[in-house]
Amino acid sequence: MSYLILSFLFCGTVCAIAQIILDHTKLTPGHITSIFVAVGAFLDAFGIYDYFIMKCGGGALVPITSFGHSLIHGALAKAESMGFMGLLMGMFDLTASGITAAIIFSFIFTLIFKAKD
Amino acid sequence: MDKKEYDKIVKKHMPKETRGKNLLVAFLVGGLLGSLGEGLMCFYMKILDISRSDASVYMIVTLVFFASLFTALGFFDQWVKKAKCGLIIPITGFAHSMTSAAIDYKKEGPIYGIGSNIFKLAGSVILYGVVSAWFFGMIRYIIEVI
Repeated sequence: MSYLILSFLFCGTVCAIAQIILDHTKLTPGHITSIFVAVGAFLDAFGIYDYFIMKCGGGALVPITSFGHSLIHGALAKAESMGFMGLLMGMFDLTASGITAAIIFSFIFTLIFKAKD
Repeated sequence: MDKKEYDKIVKKHMPKETRGKNLLVAFLVGGLLGSLGEGLMCFYMKILDISRSDASVYMIVTLVFFASLFTALGFFDQWVKKAKCGLIIPITGFAHSMTSAAIDYKKEGPIYGIGSNIFKLAGSVILYGVVSAWFFGMIRYIIEVI
């Protein structure tokens, strides 16, 4: 139960921060998602994001920051066994499911449905 | 008409920004989506009897599936307009940007329409994600080696 509440708080706070940036600067949603991915990667490089996931569970995996987190997480895991080249090989290890699913689903739905004006 | 009058008219027709309301809606929608993710994870863990990290994959695929479907059906755009960052920042925004770009350019053909535009918006997320992950990963790796 506490996971649910912490998930709500964490994911809501991340979205609220993004909304503040969107409303008070000239940055577009594209800028903000890119910045948030980089922030997620930065936080995970020092093990901070892992702490959030341990505490908040699924709520920390839903925002786009977790995309940066899993990119660097896969890269570092592979780097442990493969050395320097592992950074390149393991980059998409953990995010592959999300990206592949997004590509396949959007392609199928694009073929089926038409644009609405 | 001098500049002052012009500014007045522009100000009158600018959409009224309701920052407080935007913030609250983004917080609530984002939070609900976060707890939905957690709920889905618990659901899959119980139903399929799998570990937490495996359940997170199922959860993300489910969210991506519904975001793509709702975008293709046409009513996700309205939701994004209302909830703004509450739906853009979670993984649903990633799927939404891909499907909406692909569907918008569908009429230009499968290669130059869908193919070259599907990553139009999501591409920046992947690009800066990979570059920053590689950069910070290098730093972390070098620190560990030393």
